[in-house]
Amino acid sequence: MKTYTTNLINWLDKRYNIKEIIGFITEKKVPIYKHTIWYYMGGITLLFFIIQVLTGILLLLYYRPTPEEAFESVQFIMTQVHYGWLIRSIHSWSANLMILFAFIHMFSVLLLKSYRPPRELTWVTGVLLMYISLAFGFTGYLLPWNELSFFATKVGTDIAGVIPFIGKFIIRFLRGGEDVTGATLTRLFGFHVAVLPGVIIVILVIHLLMVQRQGMSKPIGLKEVKKGMLFFPDFFLRDLLGWLFAVGILAALAAIFPWELGQKADPFSSAPEGIAPEWYFLFMFQTLKFFPARILILDGEVIAVFIFAALGIFWILIPFLDTKARREQKSPIFTTIGIFAILYVGIITILSYFVFK
Amino acid sequence: MEERNTSRKSFINYLLGGGFTLVAASFLYPIVRFVLPPKSTEAEPMAVSAGKVGEMHLNSGKIFKFGRKPGLLIYTEQGEYQAFMATCTHLDCIVQFRNDSESIWCACHNGYYDLNGNNISGPPPRPLERLNVFIKDDDIMVSKIT
Ligand code: HEM
Ligand code: FES
Repeated sequence: MKTYTTNLINWLDKRYNIKEIIGFITEKKVPIYKHTIWYYMGGITLLFFIIQVLTGILLLLYYRPTPEEAFESVQFIMTQVHYGWLIRSIHSWSANLMILFAFIHMFSVLLLKSYRPPRELTWVTGVLLMYISLAFGFTGYLLPWNELSFFATKVGTDIAGVIPFIGKFIIRFLRGGEDVTGATLTRLFGFHVAVLPGVIIVILVIHLLMVQRQGMSKPIGLKEVKKGMLFFPDFFLRDLLGWLFAVGILAALAAIFPWELGQKADPFSSAPEGIAPEWYFLFMFQTLKFFPARILILDGEVIAVFIFAALGIFWILIPFLDTKARREQKSPIFTTIGIFAILYVGIITILSYFVFK
Repeated sequence: MEERNTSRKSFINYLLGGGFTLVAASFLYPIVRFVLPPKSTEAEPMAVSAGKVGEMHLNSGKIFKFGRKPGLLIYTEQGEYQAFMATCTHLDCIVQFRNDSESIWCACHNGYYDLNGNNISGPPPRPLERLNVFIKDDDIMVSKIT
């Protein structure tokens, strides 16, 4: 056995010089200190993404993206297909956990200032991955074609209409017409299973290669972390242990709380109470409502949408704007921004469930 | 000699760059046009039947199809018919008649309109689009106000 592997490695090495890569990986170290735990969050997000790809492909075997059949096909998955309810429940739960852990990962990286040179582009690709994940969630939400998701998608796409000049174009692009119809379902399905997977894979691979190439950052002021563990096998095995734990939690959630299907969407019936987007959009959605209908001569919603767009761009550019962290100095301003963002998103999201309704 | 050479080079660069841009544009233009859906050719209906006379209770409302869009027909406490496009002017949800408050309600963000379709509370920024109602034989006919 041993000689077979050595032979294989030698064979590959002659052609592709892979011993260089193997040497690089076996020498790589991960610093050990009180914040090491946060280094696992990206890996867990990755696990949930892999689960999304696998369960998503399984769902594709039975799912049909038309208004006549979508709801019925999901119903079929849940009632007739062996373990169909479980696969769908896992896809839905893992989608939420993936986004939750992407948030945790992103905010921990923000507070540890791991984005400072030379890792600016790791942050940029990471934020893009976050945005694409949100797009996955938005496009997936409509696919079961139930009442809740139908009206939430109407509202969600209509918000784009407030953008001056191009708003109408964006609506038509997203909906495939004036209204949310079967054309919208087909379109968002295409985004969900073809466009977004293609784009996310490319960016994800770049993100991971950058992380592997540069290794883990050490926080400012902790330049001399003495202890370290080998990435392979020490950190890798701990990563796997974390994955096992995460899979356990996911399986329990999916089995104990199977994802609901609700009522089939009817484009000719009134919106029921309780229309809401998924939880990770609630903080934006709620903020929109805080704006008065008119601010001076401008539409309140237009201003809100512009502020969000500006914040979205600001977020990408943080590594270039945090000039203190660039010089390896503490940057309390960005720590404050990070903590404020966490509190705002957290509190508004929770209040949306219990107070604002 | 030198001078002529660089200007010739930059001329060729412009030519290549311009050519490339043209080729890219000629690929992109049809793609962008393809992605934006064609305008619907289905004409809006002149008038539709929203229901039969005698079918509705006083102080009730129902959704009907006005072409491809939903409409709301209301039979008021006073025995009048009122009709509107049922699309909320806020963010496109479909409104409903509330017989408890005798008003039109949008459940999405708790918007209210009065029975003339005027927005009275919540986020809706404009009144509902009003429709004409007339009786023809025993059909309650609804048409756009032109
Ligand atoms: C290559 C990857 C993926 C494929 C092929 C895929 C495929 C599908 C399919 C066929 C459905 C419809 C079946 C159903 O509604 O149960 C669906 C629903 C959904 N997907 Fe995905 N998906 C992928 C990745 C993702 C990712 C990364 C996310 C989120 C971060 C996500 C979030 C959702 C959500 C929220 C739903 C609605 C679930 C429901 O209510 O049933 N998907 N996906
Ligand atoms: S869509 Fe009707 S109140 Fe918001």
